[in-house]
Amino acid sequence: MMPDNSTIWIVIVGLGIGTYLIRFSFLGLIGGRPLPEWLLRHLRYVAVGVLPALITPLVIWPQATGGEPEPSRLLAALVVLVVGVWWHNVIAAIAAGMLTLYGVQFILG
Amino acid sequence: MSNTHRTFWRGFLDCSPFILVVAPFGLLFGVAAGETGLDLLQTMSMTILVIAGASQFTALALINDHTPTFIVILVSLVVNLRMAMYSAALVPHLGQASLRTRMLASYFMVDQTFAVSIRHYEHEPTRPLREKLAYYFGGAASICPFWYGFSLLGALIGKAIPESYTLDFAIPICFISLVAPMLRSLPHLAAALVSVSLALLLAWMPYNLWLLVAAVAAMMVGAQTELWLKGRQA
Repeated sequence: MMPDNSTIWIVIVGLGIGTYLIRFSFLGLIGGRPLPEWLLRHLRYVAVGVLPALITPLVIWPQATGGEPEPSRLLAALVVLVVGVWWHNVIAAIAAGMLTLYGVQFILG
Repeated sequence: MSNTHRTFWRGFLDCSPFILVVAPFGLLFGVAAGETGLDLLQTMSMTILVIAGASQFTALALINDHTPTFIVILVSLVVNLRMAMYSAALVPHLGQASLRTRMLASYFMVDQTFAVSIRHYEHEPTRPLREKLAYYFGGAASICPFWYGFSLLGALIGKAIPESYTLDFAIPICFISLVAPMLRSLPHLAAALVSVSLALLLAWMPYNLWLLVAAVAAMMVGAQTELWLKGRQA
């Protein structure tokens, strides 16, 4: 079922304006009060708090298989994580992951 | 060539390796947007207005799941909250620029321009403002055209790529490759583990609220772990 046109546009505009305001928040408002330490401490962990949660269902319950866990994807995800942590190289991690993905699919037929 | 010119191209060069990340990510976004039901204008509007891949993919995933619109926007914005930190971190270096320049710099505040610039500024903190700005916009000039261009390409050719290519999985792969280098300390690791665990345990929650709960809990665990470690060192 295709999503509603107006829904899409509201999201685009809302996300666009909201994101810009986030980006502009400090750089634009110089002289504003500095953020309290406890808030800064929490903000440090936003990316690492949101992204893994986001990724998990995509890996464990991929939409393409109707939600069933699938070995080539699970292995590829693991490989990306290990390579990424070990070598800190984003491109190598992506390449290793895609290779694992296609490699396992090839082996399993 | 003046110093400012040279610095612009230096920023350009230093950011250019990230073209290899931005291009495929953009391509995938173009494809995914088409599959979610966005037309070309909508896809390009999103990619140009938002210019933040992770949140764009998040929005697509939530739209696909028929999540209420308000929650789509809220959750996608949460994904972008890290940019508030980028904004704060750039103030000491770019804060003296004119308002219009700062407005422009805010538009181009993406992970790559921020990370590369802040690293440069910390290495050479005493350079004049116009050089710091040149470096920053040089980086933006290097990767942003590829973001726009490859999003367009993905939107145009998306239908042509067979489903059997499992390209859908390139999205999680790109995300994981971005997260892996972030796992550089115990608090970060703890936050990530909580994030994953709660995502698994709370998947039943409606409106994808599990994402907000998992994220907030993970951030709190990260912050508390950091405090605990500081306490131990004192």
